[in-house]
Amino acid sequence: MTKQTHPTPMLDELEKGPWPSFVSGIKRLRDQHSDERVSGVANDLLGQLEHSYETRKGYWKGGTVSVFGYGSGIIPRFSEVASAFPASKEFHTLRVQPPAGNYYTTDMLRQLAESWEKWGSGLVTFHGQTGNIMFIGASTENTQHFFDDINDYGWDLGGAGPCVRTGQSCVGAARCEQSNIDEMRIHRTLLNNFTDDVHRPSLPYKFKFKVSGCPNDCMNSIERSDFAIIGTWRDDMKVDQKEVREYVNKKGRQYIVDNVITRCPTQALSLAEDDSLEVDNRNCVRCMHCLNVMPKALSPGDDKGATLLLGGKRTLKIGDLMGTVIVPFIKLETPEDFERLVEIAESTIDFWAENGLEHERCGEMIERIGLINFLEGVGLDVDPNMITDPRTSSYVRTDDWEDEAAKWFEHKQTKQAATA
Amino acid sequence: MAKQHDRDPIESGCPDGLQYMHPVMRRNYGNWAYHEDPRPGVLKHVAHGGDAIWTVRAGTQRILDVFTLRKLCEIGDRFADGYVRFTIRSNIEYMVSDESKVMPLINALEDAGFVVGGTKNSVTMISHTQGWLHCDIPGTDASGVVKAMMDELVEEFKNWNMPNRVHMTTSCCQINCGGQGDIAINVQHTKPPKINHDLVSNVCERPSVVARCPVAAIRPAIVNGKPSLEVDEKKCICCGACYPPCPPMQINDPEHTKLAIWVGGNHSNARGKPTFQKLVAAGIPNNPPRWPEATAVVKKILQAYKEDAKDWERINDWIERIGWPRFFELTELPFTKYHIDNWLGARRSLNASTHVRF
Repeated sequence: MTKQTHPTPMLDELEKGPWPSFVSGIKRLRDQHSDERVSGVANDLLGQLEHSYETRKGYWKGGTVSVFGYGSGIIPRFSEVASAFPASKEFHTLRVQPPAGNYYTTDMLRQLAESWEKWGSGLVTFHGQTGNIMFIGASTENTQHFFDDINDYGWDLGGAGPCVRTGQSCVGAARCEQSNIDEMRIHRTLLNNFTDDVHRPSLPYKFKFKVSGCPNDCMNSIERSDFAIIGTWRDDMKVDQKEVREYVNKKGRQYIVDNVITRCPTQALSLAEDDSLEVDNRNCVRCMHCLNVMPKALSPGDDKGATLLLGGKRTLKIGDLMGTVIVPFIKLETPEDFERLVEIAESTIDFWAENGLEHERCGEMIERIGLINFLEGVGLDVDPNMITDPRTSSYVRTDDWEDEAAKWFEHKQTKQAATA
Repeated sequence: MAKQHDRDPIESGCPDGLQYMHPVMRRNYGNWAYHEDPRPGVLKHVAHGGDAIWTVRAGTQRILDVFTLRKLCEIGDRFADGYVRFTIRSNIEYMVSDESKVMPLINALEDAGFVVGGTKNSVTMISHTQGWLHCDIPGTDASGVVKAMMDELVEEFKNWNMPNRVHMTTSCCQINCGGQGDIAINVQHTKPPKINHDLVSNVCERPSVVARCPVAAIRPAIVNGKPSLEVDEKKCICCGACYPPCPPMQINDPEHTKLAIWVGGNHSNARGKPTFQKLVAAGIPNNPPRWPEATAVVKKILQAYKEDAKDWERINDWIERIGWPRFFELTELPFTKYHIDNWLGARRSLNASTHVRF
């Protein structure tokens, strides 16, 4: 290894300022790491990055790299300027699935760091945008060694390519009073049911599960996942009137009126003369705003479960899509509830695998074929909670109206019988 | 490869988080009563049974070298019982069950150069993507943009100055891996791809590339006697969708790849339904190493929001109340024909009423 380091005048500018600097971090690997392989990789990586800063272009290309037995989980990167920066010419990322909720002990982080500096660049991100631990920078050969190491003590690769991707779940029941579901259990039940689809890409395109414990949706699941599981409740929210009065005393009546009562999207709240809170629970849409402002006074009800939304994605190809409701409420407590959830996910993925075009996300397929074809394909009942408005165009055939109306009344009766 | 490895992978999938969880959190799983915000960067959660846990949140450089990771671990061992977690914006969180450990922990983090904050109505860490450090198609270096921007927004990370939380994102191409944000700084290409016709037939599966184009501007062609592709440059919207499946269709350009700024993306269902971000500024130079022009626009938007929005209004709530004419007035950003959408469903974004602001 040469002791000569690449000059990095532009990157050096990113060592200034109060925010922690990734450039300083890579330099530490270059200057202080005892393994010459690691310091050499860091030096050439900085050289290539400086070259990118100078020319305003990227110099990595993809390829095919995998570990034995899998077809997914590695993001291969080969340098296009390898002759100038040979030590980092192969710089693949391993996507590793984090524990549900992103918890770690420092002991485990150290063990991972040890394996990573043995085989990789020593650079890691917690976490990438899909939710994986990103171990950034290993040669083709060392990719397998690193995986073998960490796989032995409990870590597995995530998804990459047209497959089920690594899931994400919020801190949830572990530390949040707004949690309505067992996020970790849902996350692991779904992901670990589809392990084969994570590791062996054979779907039209990517498919993401995200789990948020309440409608604040800290996992951004409506916009960023194909299949969103969001905790909610169907009975009345809980109101501790003593605590409501505390907030009124502390913040003033006008503050509560301006920041809680009038911000309710369905005007379901009223502050009574005696400073108690009146809630029209039938018209509450569980938006979470009042619970966010007064967490000590207001909490979710007892009859908890989840709403399922399908089809969220960003721009490519047809434009951004939000996920939309496919199941307004599902209980998620008993093993049977979880079986039902897995069944819905499986039939969704099966239907999409069958009907989606190449590189077409699930939401884009629904945009192309219509929600009804999807619902009928997977056997879900229509529900007015699936729409913001009924159709406004009269261009529709209603041949079997009576049959469909009969289904609705039958459905209503079954639901009534179930709750009775 | 296969011949060297007779070891089959253990398909263990997603690990159980419980084994790495602070015992107080494990004990009170699903049984939390409420939380308080004692100071910026600190959360206090109280369980129904009376247990309490304090969380200290700190911003990092996201791309961690093993030295920094070990430093974070060492702080965790000394002050936080050895348990940590990461938020989806790559902030690290330490949990402690003893209030007296909170201040020493904060001091240790700050002494080591990390920044405590990012909770409640602050500007939290910018979620971002790999950029020139690792991506195969990036138009810019998100890590650098974020570092330069957070240097200037650090006080907003450390304090509760904003009307509500501000989630920012950056993305190095229009695929927008950074996601929706209250403010998003994304690459916007302004010229069609330059095609290296000598390479296309060897590198690209041409029908797939044709199929990727959202506006059907790509068609197969024979160029210099070789099968290649051509782009109808009048139709091309410069999105770059053809570049990942066909690298010879180079979309990145040192001069014509610009940054654009979008506002009002909000994932939460609180108050209104979730919203997508909207374009407010484009043509911003992609100017390493510190991208000062992009930071200036972001600061201007944040300043207007801070001064004009009401408590609890996210940026989208604020704009919905004051209207777009006032937004462009307050931020002094130009309103152009490019702000008016012409993509599928664009009519929904037009004003079909006499609700006009003067």
